[in-house]
Amino acid sequence: MTTQSPTRPPAPARERAVSRRRRWVWLAAALALVAVAAVVSVAFGTRVVSLGDVVGALVGKDEGIAAAAVRARVPRTVLALLVGAALGLAGAVMQGVTRNPLGDPGILGITMGASLAVVSGIAFLGITTLPQYVWFALVGAALTSVFVYLVGSIGRGGPTPLKLALAGAATTAAFSSLVSAILLPRIDVMNVFRFWQIGGVGGATWEAIGIVLPFLVVGTALTLASARGLDALALGDDLATGLGVHVTRARVLAAVGAVLLAGAATAVAGPIAFVGLVVPHAARLVVGVDHRWVLPFSALTGAVLLTLADVIGRVVARPGEIEVGIVTALIGAPVFVALARRRRVVQL
Amino acid sequence: MTTAHTLTVDHATVGYGDRVVLEDLELTVPPGRFSVIVGANACGKSTLLRAMARLLVPRAGAVLLDGRQVHREPARRVAQLLGLLPQQPVAPEGIVVADLVGRGRHPHQGPFQRWTTEDDEAVAQALEAAGVLDLADRSVDELSGGQRQRVWIAMALAQRTDVLLLDEPTTFLDVAHQVEVLDLVTDLNRERGTTVVAVLHDLNLAARYADHLFAMKAGRLVAAGPPSEVVTADLVRDVFGLESVVIPDPTSGAPLVLPLGRHHTGA
Repeated sequence: MTTQSPTRPPAPARERAVSRRRRWVWLAAALALVAVAAVVSVAFGTRVVSLGDVVGALVGKDEGIAAAAVRARVPRTVLALLVGAALGLAGAVMQGVTRNPLGDPGILGITMGASLAVVSGIAFLGITTLPQYVWFALVGAALTSVFVYLVGSIGRGGPTPLKLALAGAATTAAFSSLVSAILLPRIDVMNVFRFWQIGGVGGATWEAIGIVLPFLVVGTALTLASARGLDALALGDDLATGLGVHVTRARVLAAVGAVLLAGAATAVAGPIAFVGLVVPHAARLVVGVDHRWVLPFSALTGAVLLTLADVIGRVVARPGEIEVGIVTALIGAPVFVALARRRRVVQL
Repeated sequence: MTTAHTLTVDHATVGYGDRVVLEDLELTVPPGRFSVIVGANACGKSTLLRAMARLLVPRAGAVLLDGRQVHREPARRVAQLLGLLPQQPVAPEGIVVADLVGRGRHPHQGPFQRWTTEDDEAVAQALEAAGVLDLADRSVDELSGGQRQRVWIAMALAQRTDVLLLDEPTTFLDVAHQVEVLDLVTDLNRERGTTVVAVLHDLNLAARYADHLFAMKAGRLVAAGPPSEVVTADLVRDVFGLESVVIPDPTSGAPLVLPLGRHHTGA
């Protein structure tokens, strides 16, 4: 970059051309990684299946144990990709909306709000099916977001990133003790809830995917549409207003999208922590701070992370399984500590 | 640029919560000139600028751009005419100068519109005009305060508005960088005819650079006009509660305020 020849275009144009090309390369790499993760997820597990058997099972030629294992793993893989993408996207949007590097559906209390709603539904209203979980989770996620936003807005300066994160953390703590209070005396509820609570994609079916897919699609559309608004919001509310952005409207639109994604993901796979926190940081490292790139990249990275975490959970505890929510927590916790220790933690 | 736009404050009452800061304030910003709002701390000068920038909605009265209420007009259209550099804008961590300046193009782009060559030109010109072209591929985090302020002004330039509002653009800068920033704003005003309204703390710099001064005290406008008419020892006493001697600035002829204190009474 130090040598300058007279024929080169001026610095800004050159720089952007270079970074644009680099982003496309990264995008191709991320897509390739998604494909690799998908193949690995179908091939590995309690039983390792050869690539030939995978192909055979997928085109429907083979019968037998290998083929059966593959067919069972396909919906699981699809669900892991979808949930991972949804959580990564939701995390990137939440970090943008709150201008907070710790903004994550988990930290802002949204995941726990969805959990509390589902648990209450199971315990008091006897809900047992996934569509019911989805609606309860979405209502819980939405109400919690509003609640956290209102609590975080109290006092001078309105909803600052730090206050939002604190309000979210306090809400998460309170709700998680409520969840325990509901569950502990109720063995029956505990059993229904236990598998869902930890966070897993092991029980994936095409039916379950079909139920959450519409919510994920709408959530994705809303969040991707708000990318430019998030770019403006990143400069501060005053400047965003000066650039012609309706600050409140842009925030609400993006947040609704993120709540749909996080709520639907939580409903189908339980509360999975840290994907939404870690993934956007990785995405920004690679493609910079432009949300039109960060958002799709977070979705892809989230899909890869969750799918691989699921594979790890299946492989390390053979013949049993470790739920994916536990694996992501193990991966995410150190990253969270590293982020929290950084100096500019409340700014983004 | 093209036709001058008129920005007027029409009997506006503005405040935060229960507190009224500006009451029934009326003024017209001279089009194509460099206006500066001066006054003591907490006199409402930043509030006035924020109301002009539609960050605050007047409780009564209105802020009018070409006769239309700024907060009722489509936000994007106002943003194509009226730019703002707030006191403490936030630079996303790790953003590159050219990308930050590019965000000034926001009001000129639709939700799904791609980056155009016009956007590229606007950014390149803005970088050049603000003297930060050589910083284009640097990270904003590594810049000095003066460089950073020029980058923000470049972003405002890339927005290509005919009216530009600057909230204390020289705060936290040393005197050399203050002069540099004000020179840059003056260039912009003279070369493009951009109407500039700035809030400044330093009365002497304001008197030297402004074509037009608005002096405020306790939420009211106490004087308005060219610095040579407005800045007098009486005004300084009234607005800042400070005894002073006002002499002609030997370099520019603008009024120069020499403050008197208990130890330097000028007697």
